[in-house]
Amino acid sequence: MISHFLKLEWKQFFRSSHWQKGIAIKIVMAFLALYFIVVFLAIGVGGYFILKKQFPEQDPLQIVNSYLLYAVLGDLIFRYLMQKLPVMNIKPMLILPIKKSKLVHYVLAKSSISFFNILGLFFYIPFAVVLMIEGYAISGALGWLFAIILMIQSANFLNFLINKNTIALGVISVVLASLIGLQNFGIYDVTALGGQVFDAIYTNPIYSLIGVVVLAVLYNLNFKQLKNLVYLDEAVSQKVVAVKSADLSFANKLGDVAPFIKNDIRLIWRNKRTKTVFLMSFLFLFYGLIFFTQETYKEIPAMLMFASLFITGGFALNYGQFIPAWDSAHYKMLMSQSFKYRKFLESKWILMVVMTSFLYVLSFPYLYFGVDIFLMITAGAIFNIGFNSLFLLFAGSFNRKKIDLNKSGFGNTQGTSATQFLIILPLMVLPMLLFWLFNEFVGANSGYIVVAAIGVISLLCKKYAMNFIEKKYIENKYVMINAFGKEA
Amino acid sequence: MITIDTISKKYGKTEVLNVENIEIPKGQSFGLVGNNGAGKTTLFNILLDLIRPTTGLITNNNIVVSQSEDWKNFTGSFIDESFLIGYLTAEEYFEFIGDLRGMNKADVQKFLGQFSDFFNDEIIGKKKYLRDLSKGNQKKAGIVAALMGNPEVVILDEPFANLDPTTQIRLKQIIKNLTENKEVTVLVSSHDLTHVTEVCERIVVLDKGMVVKDIQRSEETLKELELYFSV
Repeated sequence: MISHFLKLEWKQFFRSSHWQKGIAIKIVMAFLALYFIVVFLAIGVGGYFILKKQFPEQDPLQIVNSYLLYAVLGDLIFRYLMQKLPVMNIKPMLILPIKKSKLVHYVLAKSSISFFNILGLFFYIPFAVVLMIEGYAISGALGWLFAIILMIQSANFLNFLINKNTIALGVISVVLASLIGLQNFGIYDVTALGGQVFDAIYTNPIYSLIGVVVLAVLYNLNFKQLKNLVYLDEAVSQKVVAVKSADLSFANKLGDVAPFIKNDIRLIWRNKRTKTVFLMSFLFLFYGLIFFTQETYKEIPAMLMFASLFITGGFALNYGQFIPAWDSAHYKMLMSQSFKYRKFLESKWILMVVMTSFLYVLSFPYLYFGVDIFLMITAGAIFNIGFNSLFLLFAGSFNRKKIDLNKSGFGNTQGTSATQFLIILPLMVLPMLLFWLFNEFVGANSGYIVVAAIGVISLLCKKYAMNFIEKKYIENKYVMINAFGKEA
Repeated sequence: MITIDTISKKYGKTEVLNVENIEIPKGQSFGLVGNNGAGKTTLFNILLDLIRPTTGLITNNNIVVSQSEDWKNFTGSFIDESFLIGYLTAEEYFEFIGDLRGMNKADVQKFLGQFSDFFNDEIIGKKKYLRDLSKGNQKKAGIVAALMGNPEVVILDEPFANLDPTTQIRLKQIIKNLTENKEVTVLVSSHDLTHVTEVCERIVVLDKGMVVKDIQRSEETLKELELYFSV
């Protein structure tokens, strides 16, 4: 039975059209995964020696142990935001002669080998190996590692309890808050306690068996909860929420593009992924804080330009790069309606320009960092409005990936293809390069002027650019309909 | 009204559609039947310029559909659920289509008023997104949207599938009313021979992409079709 399930998983993975197409994204994802693995491995192997060198009088294991509690908490929060229990794909199994308990065991077992559980091991395993090589007790190091693995798995199952159950979330939050409180007000040294626990496991590996009990209890709770939920109207289906319609009649003033603008606003607000994009664009506003506050970047104005572009460009970049894939689900219908394609594109353009302008207004507090920085942000905003919004529309005509709007937003790469990586060049690198060239070799304010000028010139040429872009979209119509019709 | 001229569609080496010539006069109710894979949906998709044919042309009211987009002004269609915008409510969807078809809010209200029986209180005022409606109710919304803006040509792919018996009967009445004055041309495809023979005056049978029968409806039509398909 399990082998059946595993075969299905294998096929699901390799037969998804996502996997079969898009070599570029495959390579990039592989590199990214490899990068993380290598980084963790490097920290795992080198960590011991680095700690030894930095704090010669302390035991590296004890240092790591004292911070493990924070790692656990961070891990839990990270999981709460990102990890979801993979239940959706058991729907076709429910009617087959398979015991429900088996399905539930399978779902739970599958979750325990998720990316979240594996990544950490790339650090902990090499670290434990180094410990053993460096003459730590083998039984102790193994017991320590065993306890860590149990802890990761426990966090895995604890997360699902929290996710499904608001009471559990409440209890955990209260415990967390009180622990942090105790530590902060100096009533009790929680960090030290955490350290002592793991030190004790190292000295007495037998204690790690407590982890087995914890894991078993958590697994059992999950099992009981999930078994009650394996019905079409429970865990497997998604909740239907009553619609709250906002009055968007203000958009009617925009004339012909109004229906599309209204549609886009609803699109953004009513789908998880687009909502994430929208909210993230406000986070991008703070991007500058990272760069402008550090002395090192002050020497490299081109990097500051990079940050400036991001501050106002968050929305245009994240939303614009997937035009028109946001409408992929009903693209066929749009193509059978009578409207000028121009209006559809125009509405997307207006949306990007309005949001960029709005973000620019919100970026005024950056004046605190001086006029130079603010000029840079202004030049970046003009570039984003003039050049980037048009260029993103143009790049959109190369999009061939369907986006399923119902899927979650965070870390969702659906719809991503080589296009998304290629467009970064003109969008980001071009203004940085120009800025650097003029700033370095011409001097004065020429850097800002050039970047802003490109924006203004693009804006002046908008009509011609739009004609060209519209033609591109119409040329690619059939290919896009075909591509958007395929399951992502 | 519609001329299908040597339309064929090949995917690689397999030919999924090869239609010599079909002439559909204005005001005709035209039924397309055939087993799965006969090419019904492909033909409709080509008619709507959503797929490019390998050879041939389709003209809709003297407009070659692949060369000009003017046919869109008088053609309403519903092929499948992908014609709906899942994150809109039914009202918002009708408003959107109405906007594209030059109807204001009052026009849309008036238009929808005619369909209150057909909707059976399950579409309007439900505070639900289209994606959360049942398949049958999604279909109802899509069919009505296809009729917005007084189209001269209405194309419906499998309109009876997923509908409850009452709605099927109402839909048949709607289609009959449309073609009553010989003003609106209706193209319908279906697996249900009874429904098609009831609403269509002309029935074309497709098999593996080819026209195998082209009959004007008579008393014997249903029998003839049943005999053909019972092999």
